[in-house]
Amino acid sequence: MNRAFTSAALAIGALITLFPYYQLAVMASNTTADIYSSPPKFWFGGHLVENIGEVFAKVDFFGSVLNTLVVAVATTLLVLFFDSLAAFTFAKYDFPGSNVLFGLLLATFVVPTQLAAIPQFTLMAKFGWVGDLKALIIPAAANAFGIFWMRQYARGAIPDELLEAARADGAGFFRTYWSVGLPVLRPALAFLGIFTFVNTWNDYLWPLVVLIDSNNVTLQVALSQLNGLYLKDYAVVMAGTLVAIVPLVIVFLIGARHFIRNIAAGALKG
Amino acid sequence: MRRYLPQYLAIAPFFVLFAVFGVYPVLYSLWLSLQRWNGVSPMKFVGLENFRFLISDTAFWDAIGNTFVIWVMSTVPMLVLSMLVALGLNSSVRHKGVLRVAYFLPNVTSIVAMSLVFGSFFSNEFGVLNWFLGLAGVDPVQWLNDPWAIRTAISLMIIWRWTGYNAIILLAGLQALPGDVFEAAKLDGAGPVQTFFRVTLPLLRPVILFSVVMSAIGGLQIFTESQILLGNRGGPEGAGMTMVLYFYNTAFADNDFGYGAAIAWGIFVVVVLFSILNWRLVQRPPRLTSQLKGASR
Repeated sequence: MNRAFTSAALAIGALITLFPYYQLAVMASNTTADIYSSPPKFWFGGHLVENIGEVFAKVDFFGSVLNTLVVAVATTLLVLFFDSLAAFTFAKYDFPGSNVLFGLLLATFVVPTQLAAIPQFTLMAKFGWVGDLKALIIPAAANAFGIFWMRQYARGAIPDELLEAARADGAGFFRTYWSVGLPVLRPALAFLGIFTFVNTWNDYLWPLVVLIDSNNVTLQVALSQLNGLYLKDYAVVMAGTLVAIVPLVIVFLIGARHFIRNIAAGALKG
Repeated sequence: MRRYLPQYLAIAPFFVLFAVFGVYPVLYSLWLSLQRWNGVSPMKFVGLENFRFLISDTAFWDAIGNTFVIWVMSTVPMLVLSMLVALGLNSSVRHKGVLRVAYFLPNVTSIVAMSLVFGSFFSNEFGVLNWFLGLAGVDPVQWLNDPWAIRTAISLMIIWRWTGYNAIILLAGLQALPGDVFEAAKLDGAGPVQTFFRVTLPLLRPVILFSVVMSAIGGLQIFTESQILLGNRGGPEGAGMTMVLYFYNTAFADNDFGYGAAIAWGIFVVVVLFSILNWRLVQRPPRLTSQLKGASR
């Protein structure tokens, strides 16, 4: 195919893909009256700061940003620790029942989330965690996907000689994990970290269920509430939306190339 | 056993969490599906009544229908677009890295946030989409009122979100194909279009099937787009009511926990049946050899 034609087609496709982000910034920097005008505005206005101020004044947006950050950071750190520890163990150690247990872990993939949702909610009520960020962090602290994915990586990446050398030096199991396993797993940790952070940041259904009647919500739930409250005040809703996605876009762009390479490699192996 | 205590401790967190937040809830939801309960007053055992009602519940069947319609309406165009993007990125264009990131970005952006942005695009009077259609001489579409326009709107959002993701995966598949096959096709005088349909596509079949299976897993769970765009009832005539939205609405908006649990089991059965169908599709032997024979004839 003609190279110039392909380049042009890909560039147009990319512009269409990115257009919603551009238009979001346009709407967030104009007034609601500007948004409700025909023809539509396609250029930035001067009301961005004012709109963002409105968002923070009318709902506890700062609180929800902080909540989301706490949940995303805590979940990511716990997942990285528990998943890498389990993956390291499954990849490098033979112990009675290890194959059966790993098979059991894979079997948990088939449990659909809705099936557990109502009892999880009543369980949270029993614990007194409804409206509490613990209800988001604790159940998500370790997951089958991360353990499975990281085990694949660890099997090839950690040489047995390194483990034997550590044993000869008198290092115990956890010491070996910490000083031999973890450093080698660093690239895998980077991918799983971004993956977990992004998914936790964007999670909506479970936070909606378990936080809904509290003042203690996450960003996604706050956005949904903002939309309900100010259905007519579009500029404010858009300013809130912009604030909600910018941190994530930055986190993603930092590790984008590495992250995309891993997504593709994982799919081909699977 | 004592010798292996550290190993068992190391894998324990996942299994403990899964027992508490996975196994117990699933068993308990089976029990719940036999009750009438609003979460506050005492439970009342009703046997299989919830399931009897579910079988004849037209709203549930409509939700299944909507979910599958939206899945097809989004997956087919998405796969075609992904393939085109992947082929483009696999050729000798410049700035591949930047293009890849641009196409992938929607996949990591919050669905709630983008549903709000798309909601404004779909506005009947002042929406950007109707304005562009007007430029092309097309009458304004009632995006969020007409049942088929609603399903189209949801599908467009899914296409926007998943095209880049699948393009990246297809691209990886393309790059892993053996080069000598293409040289052989060239030597045999095959044109680019013929090569694509007779060689590339059959060889890429496992990767395409991976995309189909992944999109099925995600497609059966569609919830946020509908809920943000149209509300808990799925909009006019319930055209955007999906299975998971119906579950959410029954369980957590109407507080009907017993029937909600029965719906969850209904969804589980649909997902399992569909997975078996998918699995048989994947198991079918590839038709590469017969297609190559067809090409040489």
